[in-house]
Amino acid sequence: MRQAHELLIRTPEGIVFPLVIGNPIRRMMALIIDKVAVVVLTGLTGLIFMGLGFLSVDLMGAVVAVGQFGVQIGYGIVMEWFWKGRTIGKRMMRLQVMDSQGLRLQFSQVVIRNLLRFVDALPAFYFLGGLTAALSPKGQRLGDLVANTIVIHHPRINEPDLEQVLPDKFNSFRRHPHLVARLRQRVTPTEAGIALNALVRRDKFEGPARVELFEKIRAAFEAHVRFPETVTDGISDEQYIRNVVDVLYR
Amino acid sequence: MIIDLERFINTEQPYWEELESFLEELDHRDRPRLDVTRIRRLHYLYERVSSDLAKLSTFASERETRRYLEGLVARAYGEIHETRERPHRFQPLRWLFGTLPRTFRRHIRAFNTATAVILLGSLLGTALLLLDSRAKEIMLPYDHLMISPTERVEKEEARDDDRLRGMKARGAAWYMTHNTKVGIGTMAMGATYGIGTLLLLFTNGILLGAVSADYILDGQAEFLIGWLLPHGSVEIPAIMIAGQAGLILAGALIGWRSRVPLRDRLRLVMGDVVTLFFGFTILFTWAGVIESFLSQYHEPVIPYKLKIAFGVVQLVLLTTFLVFAGRKRPEGKRA
Repeated sequence: MRQAHELLIRTPEGIVFPLVIGNPIRRMMALIIDKVAVVVLTGLTGLIFMGLGFLSVDLMGAVVAVGQFGVQIGYGIVMEWFWKGRTIGKRMMRLQVMDSQGLRLQFSQVVIRNLLRFVDALPAFYFLGGLTAALSPKGQRLGDLVANTIVIHHPRINEPDLEQVLPDKFNSFRRHPHLVARLRQRVTPTEAGIALNALVRRDKFEGPARVELFEKIRAAFEAHVRFPETVTDGISDEQYIRNVVDVLYR
Repeated sequence: MIIDLERFINTEQPYWEELESFLEELDHRDRPRLDVTRIRRLHYLYERVSSDLAKLSTFASERETRRYLEGLVARAYGEIHETRERPHRFQPLRWLFGTLPRTFRRHIRAFNTATAVILLGSLLGTALLLLDSRAKEIMLPYDHLMISPTERVEKEEARDDDRLRGMKARGAAWYMTHNTKVGIGTMAMGATYGIGTLLLLFTNGILLGAVSADYILDGQAEFLIGWLLPHGSVEIPAIMIAGQAGLILAGALIGWRSRVPLRDRLRLVMGDVVTLFFGFTILFTWAGVIESFLSQYHEPVIPYKLKIAFGVVQLVLLTTFLVFAGRKRPEGKRA
């Protein structure tokens, strides 16, 4: 089953890959970080051009004002263009701006989505942008809608700690590599995750509940691939799942 | 079906790496022009890696590899299926004397609409001031506009000191940044289906009309033109161009009588809107300098006629630039 916060890109070649839409909280955090970055850069601009004060205080004031204005308007545009859709805040929050159809991000898209912050920020605290993003199926604020962009999240992938649940024992399923291959092919990552979670959290279940759970999971896997009875006879449902997880993850 | 995952990865990895380095090469700003052989190779690699991704997509154990392949396929997909022209190396002069005026002319109806709305606002501003002189307090809430025009002209002309001494550059910076912000707001309001853009243009028009009427009725037309024309001849067209950009956005959003999907309509105008944005930013920058260094000085420091002549010349030059620059010469006259 596809999660609601994912956008599926379907290529004409029939390949489908999901993009995880960045959630509003994460985007708000990135925005706050970027605001801080802009404040720091604005301050730095003042410091950098302070030297001009020896020539003329008026000139220094003008250069600093224009420079600071440039930082405020240009920060998002320059960062997102040269960092391929990322700013400091977005990088820290693992977010990235992308074309909504998965195409190459264009400079004009970056400029438009950043300039339209003026409207998204209305009447205060990004109310309009937040409201639009909440109502949009792709989480797009007004600037994103007009620029045809989306903000996606690259989730951190934590590899499961298999040593915790799978002792280094011989696995009789491996004697049947063609069945193992079929199992790997047919089992979805979600199903594999359920089996792994059941093993990791086994001690949290009461005895009968645990037995029932592993029995159900085993039945689900057996519907995909049935190993010969010589291999499965005499092993408990839980051991069956351990063998399955072992061949799926190792 | 993959029987031996490790062998599969070992066999396919060189193709993944080749596609990755290919994409990095294409990502480079000075990307090479690809010949047919290389394009075919790119397409082959894309299809092969796509197929690997499909084979690997159910492998729970290979989440990192899957993500890596998804990223590669996504990038290659973006390169292969992108039909928009990739931006060439930016050439400032070609952009300024070609792209900008051509873009302006391509959307002349939006500019005319923006101009008409400002004029309507001006007419209303004038009418309101004629009907009720107390309306001035509401329409022109600025200290220097509150006093009667004659009084102000007398004060300005009696000055024997340079009141802007030591702050002209900062003044120019303030005008530049403030006006550019107004321009961006006017343009961005196109996202409200143009309603916000029209309102901003209209209110600017009211202000302009009210100020003009106030000075003309008080017999200070020469001062008014001498004061406003040097910078206004650039600043007012700039705000109209910002309005033009906003109305282009609005037009794409509304898509009146268009069968092109919204997404494609927006794609079609986005480059033009950005071109106009940079165009009006340049104009506001110039207008800011003129407003601070020239417009605020009056007779006897600078004769009004000289200021008016400067403004007229500037307006003629800007109009000539916008109307004629970047036009292609007829075939027979090409050098």
